[in-house]
Amino acid sequence: MMHWLWMGGYWPYVWPSYLLTLVIVFINIAAARRSHREARRDAQRRLQMKGEQP
Amino acid sequence: MSWLWFHKLGSPPHFYRMAGKIVPWLAWPAGLLCLAGLVMGLAFAPADYQQGEGYRIIFVHAPAAWLSVMIYTVMAVSAAVGLIWRINVCHALAASCAGVGASFTLVALVTGSLWGKPMWGTYWEWDPRLTSELLLLFLYLGYMGLRGAIDDPSRADRASAVLAIVGVVNVPIIHYSVLWWNSLHQAPSVMQAGKPTMPPSMYVPLLLMMLGFTLYFYAIMFVRARGEVLRRERNARWVGEALGAGEAA
Repeated sequence: MMHWLWMGGYWPYVWPSYLLTLVIVFINIAAARRSHREARRDAQRRLQMKGEQP
Repeated sequence: MSWLWFHKLGSPPHFYRMAGKIVPWLAWPAGLLCLAGLVMGLAFAPADYQQGEGYRIIFVHAPAAWLSVMIYTVMAVSAAVGLIWRINVCHALAASCAGVGASFTLVALVTGSLWGKPMWGTYWEWDPRLTSELLLLFLYLGYMGLRGAIDDPSRADRASAVLAIVGVVNVPIIHYSVLWWNSLHQAPSVMQAGKPTMPPSMYVPLLLMMLGFTLYFYAIMFVRARGEVLRRERNARWVGEALGAGEAA
């Protein structure tokens, strides 16, 4: 396991690359979900103000 | 040939419903493909005879670089279609691409830099490939800045579409930069005519990661575009019907 994590001495380059990619992948997922959720909430609020939504 | 499908896609309620149905069919295969690619790339692919274990950065660097140019192309095509046929949904799609594209361009630059240090002895070189990729990041940032700076949505759509279309000239420059000029960056090993220059044990996980990242992008784009369409159409009657019908995705 330690041998694998060591990556032949390249671990300071390999693991930060994977970590950054993973962080960006999850940030994009969270940002997309939040953006859609906020747009939906805003639309629902407008509909409630207009009395169109139960 | 019937253009009905094209006109239907341009209809916001149809697009909103269709995108909601498509997302899980993109997201789950994307996750599985990336997982398979990661396991194969990190645990089973052999070390490179020259670069040792350090080459494993390729399994995130190349898919991120692929996404950076593919997303820009999708963004420019959507913007052009939106501009020419005045389809609002296409502008929403283009707007949904920019943030994701910029983030993966940054990933491609940083992971390339981290790969460059042990292999080339430097984090950065004003090499044609690196410079054109950096220009791509600025194009994304310019596109987002321009959209944000204009209050009127239809003017913002038109102005940013022009920038996206003009900037697409950078895409072939990025791809061919390693062939046209002397470059530290290696020549294409996947996106080239003929056989790839890698053995299948390296090539297959890389291909899985690239396919997984592509599906991931489309899933993210559709989720963002649904939000964007809702924001643009918030006063339309169909929004009430879509949200009132227990739409939860």
